[in-house]
Amino acid sequence: MTTVRIAGATLTHFGSHPDRTGRDLFAEAALGAREQAGVPRDDIDEVAYGNFMGELAERQGHQGPIMAEAAGLNCPATRYEDACASAGVAVRAGVSAIRSGRADVVLAGGMERMTNQETENTTEFLAIAADELYEVRAGMTFPGAYALMQRAYMNEFGGEREDFAHIAVKNHDHALPNEYAQYRSAISVEDHLDAPMISDPVGLYDSCPITDGAAAVILVSEEYAAEHALDAPVAITGTGQGGDNIALQDRTHLNRTPATARAADEAFADAGITPDDVAAVEVHDCFTVAEVLALEGLGFYDPGEAVTAARDGETTKHGSLPVNLSGGLKAKGHPVGATGASQITEMYRLLTGEHPNSEYVDGRVGVTHNAGGTVASAVVHVLEVDA
Amino acid sequence: MNPKVRDEGYDDLLDAAEEGEAYYLACANGHGSLPPRRTCPHCGSVDLSEESLPDSGTVETYTTTQVAAPSFASKTPYTTAVVDFGPVRLTGIVRADAEDVEVGMRVGLAVGRNTMTGNRMLTFHPR
Ligand SMILES: [Zn+2]
Repeated sequence: MTTVRIAGATLTHFGSHPDRTGRDLFAEAALGAREQAGVPRDDIDEVAYGNFMGELAERQGHQGPIMAEAAGLNCPATRYEDACASAGVAVRAGVSAIRSGRADVVLAGGMERMTNQETENTTEFLAIAADELYEVRAGMTFPGAYALMQRAYMNEFGGEREDFAHIAVKNHDHALPNEYAQYRSAISVEDHLDAPMISDPVGLYDSCPITDGAAAVILVSEEYAAEHALDAPVAITGTGQGGDNIALQDRTHLNRTPATARAADEAFADAGITPDDVAAVEVHDCFTVAEVLALEGLGFYDPGEAVTAARDGETTKHGSLPVNLSGGLKAKGHPVGATGASQITEMYRLLTGEHPNSEYVDGRVGVTHNAGGTVASAVVHVLEVDA
Repeated sequence: MNPKVRDEGYDDLLDAAEEGEAYYLACANGHGSLPPRRTCPHCGSVDLSEESLPDSGTVETYTTTQVAAPSFASKTPYTTAVVDFGPVRLTGIVRADAEDVEVGMRVGLAVGRNTMTGNRMLTFHPR
C-alpha cells in the first residue's frame, strides 16, 4: 500500500464574506493548493469535497461537479456530508482512493458559506445535524446540544465555567498571529465569564463563530511524488473514522464521545503511533467542552481529566501538548464543511515550519480531529513530516 | 413540511403519550429504544416489542436556551432536558421555571405543541 503525501495545502481567510459564493471560496483554496503542488491539471484524478448545508445556504445541490469546475478541473467529483466532519471524511476518501491504487492525485477539501443568512436561520440550519424528531422538535440547537453534554460532564466530573474560559482564552491567543483566522483578538477569562449565555452553561465565548471559508489539499501517492520530484515532506500516515448514535438520548454516556475514541484507535494503529508520539493536535472545538471531550476521546487524558488542561497550561503553546495552535474552531472560525480540511492544512503548515506558531511544535507527528454533530461522526488523521 | 402528514412511529408514540400510555421498544436482550425503528440500535435484533414506559423519570442533563432557531424564537428562554426513564431516555421541553430545574429532579411525560410551527413535542412536568 502506498504512502499518501501532501503536495499542497491552502485555505481562504476564515471570516465573514457574505457576498462571496461558495464556488468562489472553494476556487480560491483549490487554485492555491494546485499552484503550491505544481501538479498538471490532467493529472488530478478525483475531487473529494466536503459541504454540509449548501442546499439551505445557497439552494445548491450536486456541489461536487460545481466545485471541480470552479477549481478548473474536469474529473469525477463527489460531495461528502457528515455534518461538521464533512471535509474530514472527504480527506479520508481521498487517502483511501490513493491507497487503493485507483487514483494517484486527489484534490480534497471543503467549503461552507454561512454568513449570507440571518444568524437565527444559520442556527436552524446547523440544528439539522441533530435528530429532527426527538431533539430539534424539543428545541435543541447546536449550542444547546453541547450545553447538555457540558452539564452532564460537570455533573459527573466537576469543572467550573472558568476552566472552560481558559480554553477559549488559549485558542484566541493562538489565533493572534494566524493571518487566516477570523478572530485575531485576545480575550480574558473575565470577558468569557461576563459574556451572555446562549444555552447555559454554554456562553457566547464558549462557542465558535459563524464563518465563511474553504480549504483544499492536493494528495499524491508516494510514487507520483517521487516520479515528479515533488516537494511533499508531510505524509498522512493514519486515518480513522468512528460513529455513534445520532441522538444524545440514545448514547450510553452523555459526557463521552466514543466515536472519537474509535477513530483515534484506528488512525493511531494505522500510523503505528501512540498518544506519546504526538507533538501537536488540532481538535474540533466547536464549543469549549468539545475540546475537553476530544482530548479525552483521543486518549491524551482520562475521562474527567482534560477540563483543567488549558488552565494548567498543558495545552497552551508553551505546554507539553499544544492544542489548536491554529486558534481552533473557536478563534480561527468554523465554516462547517471546510473545517476538516483546514485542520489538515494548518497541521501541514505547523509541521513544515510555515505556520507562525510552528516554533511551538516540538516533534514530527501531528494529529487532527474533526467531529460531526454531537460527535455521531468523528474522523482522525495522523500527519508526519519527513516520514 | 406538511404538518398534516404523519411521521409514523414517532407520531404513534406521541398519540399514546397523550393518552398516558407511552411505550418504548424492547429487544430480547433487554435493550430499550424509540420508534420509528426496525432494529435494535444496540444489538441489531429485529424482534422488537412495545413495552410500557415507566410513568416518571429523572432529569439527567438540561439547558436553558436564550438564542433559539426561528421555530422557537418566541419561546425563549426555554429549558430542554434529557430525562432517564430507565430502559430509555427522552428529550423534551421542561414545563417549569428554569431556576427550578435541576439534575436528578423527577418528572412525568406529556405532549405539548409548539405554537410557532404546529409541531407536537414531548414535554416534562415536575412530579
Ligand atoms: Zn438489543
